[in-house]
Amino acid sequence: MAATVFMIVRLRSLFAVVMLSGIYSLLAAVMFVVLDAVDVAFTEAAVGAGISTVLMLGALALVKSEEKTPERTAILPLLAALVAGAALVYGTLDMPHYGDPNAPAQKHVAPTYLMESVPKTTVPNVVTSVLASYRGYDTLGETVVILTAGVGVLLLLGGRRRRRKPGKEGE
Amino acid sequence: MAWLGLYNYWIVVFLMMAGLYIVIARENLIKKLVGLNVFQASVFILYITVGKVDGGTAPIIAEGIEVYSNPLPHVLILTAIVVGVATTALGLALVVRINEAYGTIEDDELEERERET
Repeated sequence: MAATVFMIVRLRSLFAVVMLSGIYSLLAAVMFVVLDAVDVAFTEAAVGAGISTVLMLGALALVKSEEKTPERTAILPLLAALVAGAALVYGTLDMPHYGDPNAPAQKHVAPTYLMESVPKTTVPNVVTSVLASYRGYDTLGETVVILTAGVGVLLLLGGRRRRRKPGKEGE
Repeated sequence: MAWLGLYNYWIVVFLMMAGLYIVIARENLIKKLVGLNVFQASVFILYITVGKVDGGTAPIIAEGIEVYSNPLPHVLILTAIVVGVATTALGLALVVRINEAYGTIEDDELEERERET
């Protein structure tokens, strides 16, 4: 994954960059399977690697597909990223270790959901029961976000054709 | 080998900073969006890592299994992935419109044309 990201930073051809970002998503999906998050893995594989890449390619068909080479390498952003990265690594020193069953995240409400999911909702997949049953309103909010994004895209790209037509007639 | 328990976090930090660097340093708007996606995916991995329990399996209740990984981060990230794609789509639509209005998607060229007009 690190190698993929490195190539994304280096490459100038946007087609290659977009395909690499698809590969990156797919690798992330594999990682999610290893980390027991099967639901997340297939969402990432379908939505992150699939739909995102298609959208990017669709946009690339409409714009120039080659990135121009910058005149100078940017030192300040690199410095900012390194400093922020160092701060984050320092922060991880206090994090609970990988797979620690006594981490705070595992002790709070998660056991309740795991114990009560089947008796209360009869859904064996806890991810589904939390998503659709316990936090159903959040999922409703999520669909509203998608609707808003869809409307936004339609407004941005749909208005274009109408606006262009009168322009052509004017010419 | 105490540091090995933190290895996953460090990978996440590296990916995150690479994404941040792309977003700040690259002038091309599509490249910036790809960087944003890289950043996003690294945050997803961070959350899923937090949810992992040693010896656990996927949180689907079945007989004979005692240890499950934490389902809550999975739920959060499912939502986040979908919202992320929605924002990507909106961003790409904006890029296409900018390209039509200015004829370029490089940030510095955009500034120049803005100054000219």
